[in-house]
Amino acid sequence: MSRIFVSGLGAVSPAGWNVTSMREALDKGEPLPTQPMERPGWEKPLRARLVPNPAVRPEFLAHPRLRRASPITHYVVAAALEAVAKLRANHDPKYRLGLVVCLQSGCVNYSCRFFDETLKDPTTASPLLFPETVYAAPASHVAAVLEHVSLASTLVGDPASFLQGISLGVQWLEENRVDACLVIGAEETNWILADALWHLDRSAVITGGAGALCLCREPELSTGVELTAITDAHTYSAQNSRMRAARAMRGQLGKSSPGELLCDGIGNNPRADAPELAAWRDWTGPRVSPKRILGEGLMAAAAWQCVVTCDAVANRRFVAANVSLVGSNQQAIGARFARADSGISHLSGGGSPGNIRS
Amino acid sequence: MLFPLLPSPAAPLRVVITGAGIVTALGVGWKPNAQGFRAGRTAFRPVSLFDVSRQRAKSAAEIDLPAARPPTNLNARQIARLDRAVSLLLLATCEAWQQTGWKSTENLPLVLGTTAGGMSFGEAYFRQAVQRPRSHRHQPTRAVHYQPQVQARMILDALGSNGPITIISNACASGSNAIGHAWELISYGLAERVLAGGYDALSELVFSGFNALQALSTTICRPFDARRDGLALGEGAAVVALETLESARRRGASILGELIGYGTAIDQHHLTQPHPHGDTTLTVMKQACATAGVIPDDIDYINAHGTGTVLNDSSEALAICRWAGRRAATLPVSSTKASIGHLLGGAGAVEAVICLMTLREQWLPPQIAFETPDPACKFPVVHQPQDARVNVALSNSFGFGGVNATLILRRWT
Repeated sequence: MSRIFVSGLGAVSPAGWNVTSMREALDKGEPLPTQPMERPGWEKPLRARLVPNPAVRPEFLAHPRLRRASPITHYVVAAALEAVAKLRANHDPKYRLGLVVCLQSGCVNYSCRFFDETLKDPTTASPLLFPETVYAAPASHVAAVLEHVSLASTLVGDPASFLQGISLGVQWLEENRVDACLVIGAEETNWILADALWHLDRSAVITGGAGALCLCREPELSTGVELTAITDAHTYSAQNSRMRAARAMRGQLGKSSPGELLCDGIGNNPRADAPELAAWRDWTGPRVSPKRILGEGLMAAAAWQCVVTCDAVANRRFVAANVSLVGSNQQAIGARFARADSGISHLSGGGSPGNIRS
Repeated sequence: MLFPLLPSPAAPLRVVITGAGIVTALGVGWKPNAQGFRAGRTAFRPVSLFDVSRQRAKSAAEIDLPAARPPTNLNARQIARLDRAVSLLLLATCEAWQQTGWKSTENLPLVLGTTAGGMSFGEAYFRQAVQRPRSHRHQPTRAVHYQPQVQARMILDALGSNGPITIISNACASGSNAIGHAWELISYGLAERVLAGGYDALSELVFSGFNALQALSTTICRPFDARRDGLALGEGAAVVALETLESARRRGASILGELIGYGTAIDQHHLTQPHPHGDTTLTVMKQACATAGVIPDDIDYINAHGTGTVLNDSSEALAICRWAGRRAATLPVSSTKASIGHLLGGAGAVEAVICLMTLREQWLPPQIAFETPDPACKFPVVHQPQDARVNVALSNSFGFGGVNATLILRRWT
């Protein structure tokens, strides 16, 4: 079994186009301002937290692949480039990079535009839009920009799937199929996604962006952060409620050491948050809830949780940190990251494939 | 735990297929599909699911869903929420499940590939949000059931399982990637058995998309034919039950075939066009052969991606010829998309099951309408029904975005 390290982090959020701006917003502790989002047929707009325009136009936008790409691709590319900066600066240019992009809603902007055009007049529906509607489009574009991607996959699921994405990246590293693996979670916003969220949770404020972790096996390339555990995927089912799955995830992460951080997915909806709150009721250490500041970013929010966690450990604010992902409609998964030099070992009970092995 | 994992076994574990379910426009289940593919039947007809009067292309391979569903653990409320796509997936899953004879559903991993998931719910949501924005009726349900993981949970609930779900969406390679990922989980000792497959139903958005790209044939779908003018869309699902050879032998299971190789990589040439020389296709065919421990001389049949578009087929033909060398001249190739259309996220899984049919029943699926070979095709395209000795079959799948995947299956005797 290899040790897996985090070699870089990247983020695009309503706080800005890098990890620093997200860290500063969370440190401030005040929910970011909201903007109105118009929706057809309604006078009162919905609320959203939009990703601000970057202060300086990013150079990557000049890449021919990105001429017609949607905002989600821009977020993915920006987060990816930030996360691989150290790797690119220090590594053999022939390294094999793996890429896992995780999405829940995906390319909603162009999907809506294209379907709207189809309903109005299919003879004039734009052929340029359709390819950008597929879940795989952002991964394709970022692979083209990064150039060294040898293996790529797009996973779709609820936000807890982001840790499945990390698990897939680890698998590729352990099988020596790649030298480093970039795992990205991303979403973009538009009125229909905001409308759908409004139907399901009226307290949530939709947002978009991306978060990226670059994983590697070499400690010298790391930020000093090591992955020490990912729990089983506790799938919700007729027999396994969200409450029960969250408790099982918490149980697998076990007792923490003093000085550990918890980064949870708590928002502002007591009913939706109840399983996660109950699972972590005994937690007395420091905790951070990025959704309360940044908004409901779906898969991007899950990625931000992991980025925040790793950033806190990398900056020596905490010796270790836990991520709790209690997804909306699929599963609960947790993870722990620690200082690579902290001596915190992999969780006991690890080494078993758990519920993957039948 | 998903991490850390047990060390991999000293050698990759052998992976066998003990159940297979298939639904296409040729029919529901192995038998009608095997009969149809063996004869080279085509299943295209005018689209009836949505209005295509203003589209260039008017036909597709639509499925007649059976009136009765197989008995499952789903309750009436859940059954009422099954859309066309998940209904297809459920039929294929139940067939594979019944065939494999597995008794326990405990922690059974499910790996699925799809491109559209619950698109019908998404389309209905959009229509209502635009046309009757103040109406909330059905919208919360649509917002949830649009998501592929919710459809996958329906399948688990149907079986009474709560295993981990993985949804892969690498466009038209999704089904192959799902089976390939399941193969990796088993062969590296991360799972003992996995249900894997792919599915997609016809949808207006996707039909309109391919129509807008002028990728749909306005005549007939003729992969590798010099006169080809595009692809035809279809719908369907296939699911395979994969397990270690040891597990299958331990329980005395009937083995349908062995999955011996898998390769996947990403083509960075273009979002929708393959590299003109098929470089990535060549890579994944080589990768799959390396993992399988075979060479082109060992392959008896290729089920090509073969969409019928000008760019795909010439690129794939070049890749096959570069990979096979002299063997190309005698290596039978066909694209079953000529019979059932392009099933997108379902294509790779359905075509893997078709390969399984050729291995089990020793015939090759013909493209009856094939007439004039593209000059790039240095291999024989199967165009007449024929029996054949097939011990090893290879299946190619490529998707928008550039992910390529190859699966290799071996006959079980």
